[in-house]
Amino acid sequence: MEEALLDIQDLVIHYEKRNGAVRAVEGLNLRLKRGETLGFVGETGAGKTTTALGIMRLLPVPPGRVVSGKILFNGENLLDKGEEEMRSIRGGKIAMIFQDPMTSLNPVITIDEQIAEMIALHSGLSHRDSISRALEMLELVGIRRERAGDYPHQFSGGMKQRVVIAIALACSPELLIADEPTTALDVTIQAQVLGLMKDLRRQFSTSLLLVTHDLGIVAESCDDTAIMYAGRIVEYAPTAELFGNPLHPYTRGLFNSIPKITGGKGDLMTIPGLTPDPSNLPPGCPFHPRCGLAVPECSSGIRAPLEAGEGHYSACPVTLGGRR
Amino acid sequence: MTDTDALLDVRNIKKIFDTKQGPLHAIDDVSFTIKKGETLGLVGESGCGKSTLGRVLIRLVEATDGSAWFGGKDIFSLNGAQMKQMRKRMQIVFQDPYSSLNPRLNIADLIAEPLIVHKVCSSASDMKSRVMKLMDMVGLARRLHNAFPHELDGGRRQRIGVARALALDPEFIVLDEPVSALDVCIQAQILNLLSALKREANYTYLFISHNMSVVKHVSDRIAVMYLGKIVELADYESIFDEPAHPYTQALLSAIPIPQPGARKDRILLEGEVPSPIDLPPGCRFSPRCSRREDICELEQPELAEFKPGHSVACHVFARGGRYQGTYAPQDQIK
Repeated sequence: MEEALLDIQDLVIHYEKRNGAVRAVEGLNLRLKRGETLGFVGETGAGKTTTALGIMRLLPVPPGRVVSGKILFNGENLLDKGEEEMRSIRGGKIAMIFQDPMTSLNPVITIDEQIAEMIALHSGLSHRDSISRALEMLELVGIRRERAGDYPHQFSGGMKQRVVIAIALACSPELLIADEPTTALDVTIQAQVLGLMKDLRRQFSTSLLLVTHDLGIVAESCDDTAIMYAGRIVEYAPTAELFGNPLHPYTRGLFNSIPKITGGKGDLMTIPGLTPDPSNLPPGCPFHPRCGLAVPECSSGIRAPLEAGEGHYSACPVTLGGRR
Repeated sequence: MTDTDALLDVRNIKKIFDTKQGPLHAIDDVSFTIKKGETLGLVGESGCGKSTLGRVLIRLVEATDGSAWFGGKDIFSLNGAQMKQMRKRMQIVFQDPYSSLNPRLNIADLIAEPLIVHKVCSSASDMKSRVMKLMDMVGLARRLHNAFPHELDGGRRQRIGVARALALDPEFIVLDEPVSALDVCIQAQILNLLSALKREANYTYLFISHNMSVVKHVSDRIAVMYLGKIVELADYESIFDEPAHPYTQALLSAIPIPQPGARKDRILLEGEVPSPIDLPPGCRFSPRCSRREDICELEQPELAEFKPGHSVACHVFARGGRYQGTYAPQDQIK
């Protein structure tokens, strides 16, 4: 088997609070192949951002704590790295784009200096060379050189996100983690930014972990998709396979609850109930209290995802093999 | 004179905000009608004036010019006391159920608030039974009546917002991005609730959203706004099947479709929305439009009906009729 760029094994992350642990990530397994895009989908509180921060070792500790598991990047466990080493990986080999471009830039430093800072830190180039490289990056993301000396507040949301992308890609990272990169943007601007990310990713041959709640974005830009629910991956498959043949009842419920742009007007199908409280997860499959297909065995014991077809894994034994 | 079957008849509304940089044209000469029992969807990107329009209609923001006839009365000419009476008939649900509810009131008090303000209850027991009935209507369990907003998830909070709007049994409800802050599963629950309520009580909705799929799902007709103007207005099927305005086409083509391999081509708009303070002289969309001609940069196009029930404001369309290719989402799905 080809070595994955990123291989997360049995990752468990808790937030420890006075009244018990919040089990944000519970035994997560995930592989991202070199050069590919993996979509990471789930609702608020599913643990997507916690996982992303865990990879970057940016979890707030305390209360966050990686309880167990491994995060292998190029075969090396990131959890064993020292803070010094991690700092050179962050922004160098692994870069991250956050959801809100309004808050991820420093408001009192000009755009060119913010990009150059990243370049100087990781490449050791002189200030002058870093600035000229920063200007090249700006052009690459479609911002004119004249704007380089501007401050973030002079830019629109879409342009700020372009700057953030320029910073993230400035050191040609092997892995880019994008946490809801277009959620704060309008659709026409979102289309521009996603198009730009696609082009640049190819140019820099960067692998992408795309965290999002928008199934449309996943369908259009990801090779593989992982669906997350209550801290676990419930289904994982090549994107076309997942959308064509969703197996896990949660995945099916999620697909049914979005209004289709080509669909009719009838009532939407909904999943009854709410996502479970992560400090008080139900025993067994975390989805069983809301699941219409649950059988008595679902409330005891957790099963590892089962392979349903080539590269298609589902954590639900009931629907496996298309029996139901 | 007003259109007889229109519950709301909006004519030439303008809203100009005075800013340090100069006048900001948030709404510029917008006219439309909403029939009784109809849902009009209002779509557009941030800053196009859609929320301002919703607020102007129930006079949370005063219009600079124009008139709005509701059930035969010009609501902009009413005085404070008359408007208070009118507000029983027109209500609003806000986008963010996290910031639009007083955190120090429990659910029962939040829902009772409009009943108290308008003094419609004869006794404390009457109020209590009305509150319970409203909680039933929006699907909030009665046992939650003592709970505070912070104890509830976004979906339940938005149900409180809906219950508050329904408390006075209005005819017309402005829904300002009512599901944008919610996860898809919760969003589906609220959309179903809104359509069930409408079936039962024949409410008239103005549904404001930036999400085209959601708007299509709930609306009878759709108005597309760009920089303070309505650029296209038609029934929901026509907007999606034969979008006429280049902006509508671009907007539709930008929606990510949750079906792998579905999208074949996409109109990528150049640049961004210009500032509403420093507007282009002609058509507001012209700086970003791939079909612009000389006239577009000089003269503003008027919103005109080109076939029954379908209006568009575009010089190029008015002259040449249909363009090649519609970019409608269904054309892209095999």
